[in-house]
Amino acid sequence: MSRLSLFGTVREIVWRDLLLVLRRRSDAATPVLFFAIVASLFPLGVGPEPMTLRAIAPGVLWVGALLSCLLSLGRLYTADYADGVLEQMLLIPQPLTVLVMGKVFAHWIVSGLPLVLLSPLLGLQYGLNGEPLRVLMISLLLGTPTLSLIGGIGAALTLDVRGGTVLIALLVLPLFVPILIFGAGAVSSSASGMGGEAHLSLLGACLLLALALAPWATGAALRIAME
Amino acid sequence: MLELVELRCSRGKRLLFSDLSLIVGTGELLAVVGENGTGKTSLLRLVCGLSSPDSGTIVWRGSQIRQLKELYHAELTYIGHCNGIKDDLTPAENLKFSACLAGDGCSDTAIRRALEAVGLEARLHLLPTRILSQGQKRRVSLARLWLSRRPLWVLDEPYTSLDANAARLVTQRMEAHLDEGGLVVVATHQEMTLGTGSLQHVRLTG
Amino acid sequence: MVTSKRINWFRFSSSQAFYPLTGKMIPWFAATAILAMTTGLYIGFFVAPTDFQQGEAYRIIFVHVPAAWMSMFLYLVMAGWAALGLGLNARPSFMMAQAVAPTGAMFTFLALLTGSMWGKPTWGTWWVWDARLTSELILLFLYAGVMLLHASIEDTRRADRASATFALVGVVNIPIIYFSVRWWNTLHQGASVSMTAAPKMAATMLMAMLLMTIGFWMYSAAVTLLRMRCLMLDREQNPTKKHTLVMQEAMETH
Repeated sequence: MSRLSLFGTVREIVWRDLLLVLRRRSDAATPVLFFAIVASLFPLGVGPEPMTLRAIAPGVLWVGALLSCLLSLGRLYTADYADGVLEQMLLIPQPLTVLVMGKVFAHWIVSGLPLVLLSPLLGLQYGLNGEPLRVLMISLLLGTPTLSLIGGIGAALTLDVRGGTVLIALLVLPLFVPILIFGAGAVSSSASGMGGEAHLSLLGACLLLALALAPWATGAALRIAME
Repeated sequence: MLELVELRCSRGKRLLFSDLSLIVGTGELLAVVGENGTGKTSLLRLVCGLSSPDSGTIVWRGSQIRQLKELYHAELTYIGHCNGIKDDLTPAENLKFSACLAGDGCSDTAIRRALEAVGLEARLHLLPTRILSQGQKRRVSLARLWLSRRPLWVLDEPYTSLDANAARLVTQRMEAHLDEGGLVVVATHQEMTLGTGSLQHVRLTG
Repeated sequence: MVTSKRINWFRFSSSQAFYPLTGKMIPWFAATAILAMTTGLYIGFFVAPTDFQQGEAYRIIFVHVPAAWMSMFLYLVMAGWAALGLGLNARPSFMMAQAVAPTGAMFTFLALLTGSMWGKPTWGTWWVWDARLTSELILLFLYAGVMLLHASIEDTRRADRASATFALVGVVNIPIIYFSVRWWNTLHQGASVSMTAAPKMAATMLMAMLLMTIGFWMYSAAVTLLRMRCLMLDREQNPTKKHTLVMQEAMETH
């Protein structure tokens, strides 16, 4: 019996999800478009004054990234649940945490990584440049995987439950608060000259904690949902 | 080999079955028969370890399955009600992912042979599964049986949507598996007949 | 119902034993609660000295601080029952968690309300984003999440287990959230607006706070047990769907 290694399993799961996104390109475009649209709304609501925009940029861009991640969480397990693929995945001869890591990584590649790549452009629109822009990218690079990991718990708990994305939002947004604080804080610290290292280290710590605990919690939630 | 010990299962307020005890030995097929809603799927999901019974245990080769966890899953092939395939992928891709993740043989030649064995024409192997009929999709999901090297097969109403020809192919494959010393647990509406291997029926009345 | 031959605490989990037991306990809890709260309020509002910095308005802390303590304490209690339920697969534990949640949410709301009432005369605004109030707000969202998740899932067993899991996820996050909100607050020079700058405690003030805390605690116990009894009745008759008792009776008489 040729059992796949843990890495091989993650690779197969990620590749299947990426292949599915390649077949339906629109799924990939929506998170990044949403991020861009939200970022354009705030100047329209608040006024185009450069000083104001530069001050609110860290928070606005981070909240935009958060909401964008949130919107794509609804799709994380629902399709697999509906066509029976999730059931099959619960029966693979690997620990459930491996499955979860694969799903979350694929989710991040589609919904998180594009935000990281687009953020410098949006940062420039808000008058950020140089060091704060770099810190923005790094903070999103560290923060968005954490959002996917924590958000995955919410998605698993609410599998096939009425209320959908709004229910996930209610569950998961309070848990996102520390990431938001550290992420936006990193950028504003950097912009005010104090350097974002402290915040970035805290973001890194949150990511490590999430990597350690979230797959386990998500696995438990999936088992509860599939009983 | 597979032992069900005093299983009790209820869905909400309804008691589906209680004190269900059975032994399924090598080369034996257990047919779980009953009308809709009598608990066939629930029983099969208990056997797979997807849900837990209210009381009772399931023992595989002397160990409880809830302690074996992934080790038990490595010995099991489950094909449920839903096909477990993605409409946007081709049959070949679907089968390759399922087989690779499960640890069965998944070379391209093996995949092609399995799809042919289940009666799917070669030209359909590389088209999106979306365009196939229900019967053809069912064949794709059952093609795993030709790749599976595991001893225990748990099949939930495998004959759904299949025509007589495909049904015959599936039965023959099950018989070959039993001859090799495998076990099969099948949920069906009516009683089954087999050419070879020993057969056990359990009827659920719900 | 749980049938365990080893631990005989669980004999109380059968409604036959639990129901009459709680029936006797609730009046005692209620009486103690009323006594403690009236005494505490009396001391707080009439006996304790006036604070020379904040005047009479500070007296609201005799409700605010005990309410905040209870809101956090009850979350831990709820998470404890949730952990017990998941670990032992015991339905009564899940029911206790479900019974505690609304009271915890109520105290969180009370803490927010009284915090706001304190803020107005002190700083002139109805809301300040200080660390404690903001954390209480997020705690309220967590309570709402636990209750809403339970209410949204039809199958009772799954609802119990899912909301218990979420309660535990919340409990792990609460220290992190609290720390991050404190961090955020101090970095944004909000240090001057802080609820923790409470007046120095005279002995009478401490006594009043203590009495109020005990009163709230007894109240929580009484109300939780009352809710628990209702849940037991409801589930006994209808283990899957959540009909109210009234609907059930209405259906039976037709």
